[in-house]
Amino acid sequence: MTLPVTTPPSSPARGEHDRTLLREMLRIRRFEEKCAELYSAGKIRGFLHLYIGEEAVAVGAMQALTPDDAVVATYREHGHALARGISANALMAEMYGKQEGCSHGRGGSMHVFDAATRFYGGNAIVGGGLPVAVGLALADKLQQRPRVTACFFGDGAVAEGEFHESLNLAALWKLPVLFLCENNLYAMGTRLDRAQAETDISAKARAYRMPAEWTDGMDVAAVEAAVRQAAESIRKGNGPAFIECRTYRFRAHSMFDPELYRDKAEVELWKKRDPIAAHIARIKAAGVSDDEIAATERDVSDEIARCVAFAESAGWEPVENLLTDVYTPRP
Amino acid sequence: MKTTYREALRSALREALAKDPRVFLMGEDVGRYGGTYAVSKGLLAEFGPERIRDTPLSESTFVGAGIGAALGGMRPIVEVMTVNFSLLALDQIVNNAATIRHMSGGQFSIPLVIRMATGAGRQLAAQHAHSLEGWYAHIPGIRVVTPATLEDARGMLWTALEDPDPVLIFEHQTLYNMEGTLDGEGPVDIDRAAIRRPGKDVTVITYGANLWKTLEAAEMLAREGIDIEVIDLRTLRPLDMTTIIGSVQKTRRAAVVDEGWKSGSLSAEIAARIVETAFYDLDAPIARVCTAEVPIPYPKHLEDAALPQPHSIATAVRQVLARA
Repeated sequence: MTLPVTTPPSSPARGEHDRTLLREMLRIRRFEEKCAELYSAGKIRGFLHLYIGEEAVAVGAMQALTPDDAVVATYREHGHALARGISANALMAEMYGKQEGCSHGRGGSMHVFDAATRFYGGNAIVGGGLPVAVGLALADKLQQRPRVTACFFGDGAVAEGEFHESLNLAALWKLPVLFLCENNLYAMGTRLDRAQAETDISAKARAYRMPAEWTDGMDVAAVEAAVRQAAESIRKGNGPAFIECRTYRFRAHSMFDPELYRDKAEVELWKKRDPIAAHIARIKAAGVSDDEIAATERDVSDEIARCVAFAESAGWEPVENLLTDVYTPRP
Repeated sequence: MKTTYREALRSALREALAKDPRVFLMGEDVGRYGGTYAVSKGLLAEFGPERIRDTPLSESTFVGAGIGAALGGMRPIVEVMTVNFSLLALDQIVNNAATIRHMSGGQFSIPLVIRMATGAGRQLAAQHAHSLEGWYAHIPGIRVVTPATLEDARGMLWTALEDPDPVLIFEHQTLYNMEGTLDGEGPVDIDRAAIRRPGKDVTVITYGANLWKTLEAAEMLAREGIDIEVIDLRTLRPLDMTTIIGSVQKTRRAAVVDEGWKSGSLSAEIAARIVETAFYDLDAPIARVCTAEVPIPYPKHLEDAALPQPHSIATAVRQVLARA
């Protein structure tokens, strides 16, 4: 399998924003490394899908969104949740299933929701979030709110009918949706070229008559630039846009995956393009010091330690509450 | 006021659209075509294409878009042409509409109304005529209502729109042309079953178009001196067991009429709940009248034979009374 062609790195980003991007990617990386440990320790159960390797996509994209925008994500959404502003405490408590979790423990790893940041899941049906994103955007259009709904999904979703239906409807009705395809080359264990007759994903989106491009999903600055441009166009009322972010998942699909479907050499090759290492190299070249980078690492490490302590001390919802939140309480 | 079931539905839609700017209707051919069953005829001219939205044939996405729009502060009414087509949107209904409130720990409610036609009786064969509302009634997180009368056709929509959670409205295909007089125009509750005919000998529980077949059976039986009590469930989820059990404790005998198939059906659920709560009040086994275990056939004589009919309902009641 050859690597996809990538865009050249954009001009060296600078200053505070660079350190923000680093911190946000590191938060995701360290949070998930801790999750893997906690999974082995039996603290986190169910399915756990790690985003490690793909951090540049969520972090780059979130920079271009405002608090009024909406986010719809997949079951591999810890990165999006953290980058969107859900606290590590609330997210880790959710991983534990504790009542202080962002979904009050009812969702777990795959179903992160947060009204305050307009984070609408955490959808674990591949493709199932796209129609919801279209509807959120329809509500904004009908209410004449200049918002964007950012909809993240993987290359696997491209094979689903809901992908095609949703792109068509969003384009037909000129809805303010930003479709962000995280192409990590594998739908669980099925490589893109084993599932798709046409592997150029953005070409499919162009067929629905929306602006569509691909970008290097291992380059946080490239993702940010592409998403800023697309979001700006959407906010002007030009209808939906589509960005394919070419990326790679360094870890297994979930904690139960023996990775029989890909070569270790391929994984190692992609790890050489680690988005965090690449960003560090770039910002060091731009003058950020080793001390500043080490300080960022320490801050993140402290935050992760605090969120684990928070989740440990958080409470279990009383069993008497089992049936709450199935229906809205009525007066 | 003389009206039809179709006009009652339309007048409810019109009132909702006029009353609440957040309400809009979307679905296949609801606009220019006027609705497959002509329910929305004229509404496009009256309310415009922003609020009466023709969708492509993509059930999963326009139902999912209804969910998203509800999350975004609107009050969408989504029309799905028939219950058979709603299977293309099962993912959105079952995996999203029914679960998001729970999965989000109560942060997001989904005030969405989905209307669809259901049922057989018009020779539409096996992909347009099934009665799958009982499946939906299986799912926690949604509410399922089945207007059988003009008053409910007129009044349930507004109540459903006011409900903070997803409500599915099933309109039986054979009812659209039903004529009658409608007195009140206000909203009706969607919590309670209704006793449509009081009686003392047997409780017959039904819903939707089978209410009318059951009332016809009641007339036949009355001529034989058998006085049945007819309950119209109105809401299939949650079931109003208080009304059902109260009636069964009075009559001590029960039959269930359900256009779904018997195996794994709503009729099975109702019978089981009666047995769980009121076994010792029963003087006879519970009878069930359901659709024969066959995909709905096209020829009229076979379709008629497959469905509950007044005579088969009457026969079941006689058996419950051991007078067969």
